[in-house]
Amino acid sequence: MSGFFSPFITKPVSVSQIMLHVLLALIPGIALYVWFFGPAILVSLTLASITALGVEALMLKIQNKQIAPTLKDNTALLTAWLLALSIPPLAPWWLVVVGTAFAISISKHLYGGLGNNPFNPAMIGYAVLIISFPVHMTHWLTPHGLGDVSLSFLEQLNYIFQGVLPDGIKLDAITMATPLDTLKTQLHLNGHVQEILDMPIYGRLAGQGSEWVAAGFLLGGVYLIAQRIISWHIPLAYLGTLFAVAGLFHLIDPAHYVTPVFHLFSGAAMLGAFFILTDPVTSPTTPRGRLIFAASAALLTYLIRAFGGFPDGMAFATLLMNICVPLIDAYTQPKVFGKKKGQS
Amino acid sequence: MRTLYQFHGGIHPPTNKTQSNHTPIKQASLPSKLVIPLHQHVGSSAKPIVEAGQRVLKGELIGAPDGHLSSAVHAPTSGTISAIDMQIVAHPSGIPDLCITLIPDGLDEWIHREPCDDWCALSHTELRHRLRQAGVVGLGGAVFPSDVKLYSHKHKIKTLVLNGAECEPYITCDDLLMRERATEILQGAQIMRALLYAEEVLIGIEDNKPEAIAAMRAAVTEGCHERMEVVAVPTIYPGGGAKQLIRVLTGIEVAAGVRSTNLGVQCFNVATAYSAWRAIGHSEPLISRIVTITGNVGHPQNFEALIGTPMDELVAQAQPLPGTTGYIMGGPMMGVLMPSMQVGVIKATNCIIAAAKNLFPAPAPALPCIRCTRCAEVCPSELQPQELYWFSKAKNLDKAEDYHLFDCIECGACSYVCPSNIPLVQYYRFAKSEIWAQEASQKAADAARERHEFRESRIEREKREKAEKLAAKEKAAIEARALRAETPQAVVSSARPDADPENTMQLKIQLAIDHAKEQAAAIKPKNTEQLTPQQLAEIADIEARRARVREIAKDVTHIDGHS
Repeated sequence: MSGFFSPFITKPVSVSQIMLHVLLALIPGIALYVWFFGPAILVSLTLASITALGVEALMLKIQNKQIAPTLKDNTALLTAWLLALSIPPLAPWWLVVVGTAFAISISKHLYGGLGNNPFNPAMIGYAVLIISFPVHMTHWLTPHGLGDVSLSFLEQLNYIFQGVLPDGIKLDAITMATPLDTLKTQLHLNGHVQEILDMPIYGRLAGQGSEWVAAGFLLGGVYLIAQRIISWHIPLAYLGTLFAVAGLFHLIDPAHYVTPVFHLFSGAAMLGAFFILTDPVTSPTTPRGRLIFAASAALLTYLIRAFGGFPDGMAFATLLMNICVPLIDAYTQPKVFGKKKGQS
Repeated sequence: MRTLYQFHGGIHPPTNKTQSNHTPIKQASLPSKLVIPLHQHVGSSAKPIVEAGQRVLKGELIGAPDGHLSSAVHAPTSGTISAIDMQIVAHPSGIPDLCITLIPDGLDEWIHREPCDDWCALSHTELRHRLRQAGVVGLGGAVFPSDVKLYSHKHKIKTLVLNGAECEPYITCDDLLMRERATEILQGAQIMRALLYAEEVLIGIEDNKPEAIAAMRAAVTEGCHERMEVVAVPTIYPGGGAKQLIRVLTGIEVAAGVRSTNLGVQCFNVATAYSAWRAIGHSEPLISRIVTITGNVGHPQNFEALIGTPMDELVAQAQPLPGTTGYIMGGPMMGVLMPSMQVGVIKATNCIIAAAKNLFPAPAPALPCIRCTRCAEVCPSELQPQELYWFSKAKNLDKAEDYHLFDCIECGACSYVCPSNIPLVQYYRFAKSEIWAQEASQKAADAARERHEFRESRIEREKREKAEKLAAKEKAAIEARALRAETPQAVVSSARPDADPENTMQLKIQLAIDHAKEQAAAIKPKNTEQLTPQQLAEIADIEARRARVREIAKDVTHIDGHS
């Protein structure tokens, strides 16, 4: 007997399955990441996953809550993956652990656990790391074929866990700043956009390699929309607004403002549009609210990228807009059946 | 091709209708007893008008409607009334209600009936009266007395919607009724149309019932019914909700708290139309209905069952299977779990599902809401169920009302899709009942306060009136004294006809006191009385001189006035 009250039947789709779909949708992006940058990212993903599950279990135990049903919901895993994808793969192991632990314990469970956190936990974890350990957060891997030397997987593991590089190899030889970071620095040095983009780290659309990872996330995102796991509102409003704003600046001054396509395929734009901003817990619930939320986040992302102190603005834009969610929801309540304009 | 409209949301649960719609409607065998509740409809309970031990005939009135919004209850077969007492009825609460128990005598002997060949000759009032006396109520589940809904002025109602959508999974009673008794449904619809002065009749049937659609269309053609159309509507739950069907067929959205008749539409279930025809055309009261028996039974099918038939006796005729844990009355989306398997079939019983673990597995434990808004996407009332859930859970009832809690039709679509398995509808039912309870206690408090305030103001008024009377008396006494000095009669007369008796009495007392005082005063002689004739002559002389002086003074004043 399903219960004492109707409805007695339910559609067999669970939170766990929804989150599993989201995790699956990340796989094309991750696969391309591995293809272009090597398997080090898999280490961070694993580390983050283990930490997330461990910390979640601990937090549930402390609160005397049931551990198994929550651990099985896959939400902690998703937080872990999103954070791991935002951290340089060669970052020391403890950076991943600290960031994930903070995300799960402080920004998720201390706010009441699943469904109650006002901020996206992965982005809180990212913000904590980039503010506390800015140097470690800039050691991004150079894509295959670009660096003078490349590390074997074993050597990468050695560096991640023990901070030891093979003799004669310096960190600078295997890492680089992100394409967005480089762009920012070069523009500060009075570089011209066209000259900067001729640097070898840039590919056809944006960063060499990273543009393909972004394309992978786009593919996963389209899958999520097709599967009706997420609605189109947030990704479309986010990418559309980012494109429009970047396009406007690019039209006005192409020498100092890169193309809108560059913005879409750089940094965390694609990941954010489909996987981070769409976190249902921390985004608005009304369709109109979602459009406002995502468009504002895109505007903030662009402003931070173009005029702010950080190379990418996705995380901060997300967190700033997370604050506004209750307000946006309250002011965008749709009209109900029979009470729309022009009806009695 | 008619333009159809859409309503927001909706779901597509497995329909599970094919199990029961392959066999024709079967007459259920006469049960061992009938337990007929007196309250089967919206409104006040029927009044029992029979006594235990009395023999009644089939169709005899045993419960008379009591008040405007009420309905009649009849003996479904001939037999003896064995008890009129409180019994558990077909309501999930399990709270007993007044029922009449009838032991059938097996004769099935009808009361005298007067079939009506030409109902057009009857006045609308008479038609409504007959429907009321026949106990015709909405058979789609709402059980609202039909006569009350069949009231209209000319040119007010454009469309009469007949609801044959039957969107709930498992239920096929309307499907079979339409297949087998289409002509009679349409005759009922004609009566309804006449009473409402409705221009057109639209019969909405979900497109998963092609046989019913075909039968109804054939009946429309055969009966040459003007402006009557059978419309196949998309199969989507809750497309058979009155508001949703009206929306799909006419585009009109009937908001919560608005009467559809004010928007030119009235809606009845097809089975209600059928019953209306049986009541008017055949003089048969509503004593039986079609009930789908399905679920954990070997031979799911539809029965025409007498009202009051114990559910287990009815299910027994569909080859019940072991493992049944209980009966659901209605469908799996909005049905209710019966408190006992022996409760009697009522007018609202469209379906009995024998529930078993394999059909309705236990739901996974509820997880926290992740605000995914799948509920909002399927809500036909376009609500934000997740908001309502938070407000209901937090008992923030004012907010829940602000977010249109009472527009919720409890269709269960939100609960159905919730990935966190939250029994959302339960929260809304809880919040609604809390608000009703609060309103009731508020009303009681208001009534008490009003009573108190009234009492206070009455006491205040009485005090004030006393004071005013006292003041009036004193004033009257003063005036009376003044008047009495000149014309005592005038005072008495003025105090007589218009003053209230109390006042007159007071005045009389006052006058008496005054009189006594004067008498007492009169005992002491004044120096102007008891004078000698000589003194009197002197006084007269002085007075004459004074008068002369007055005359002169007058003339002087006169002259002065002119100068």
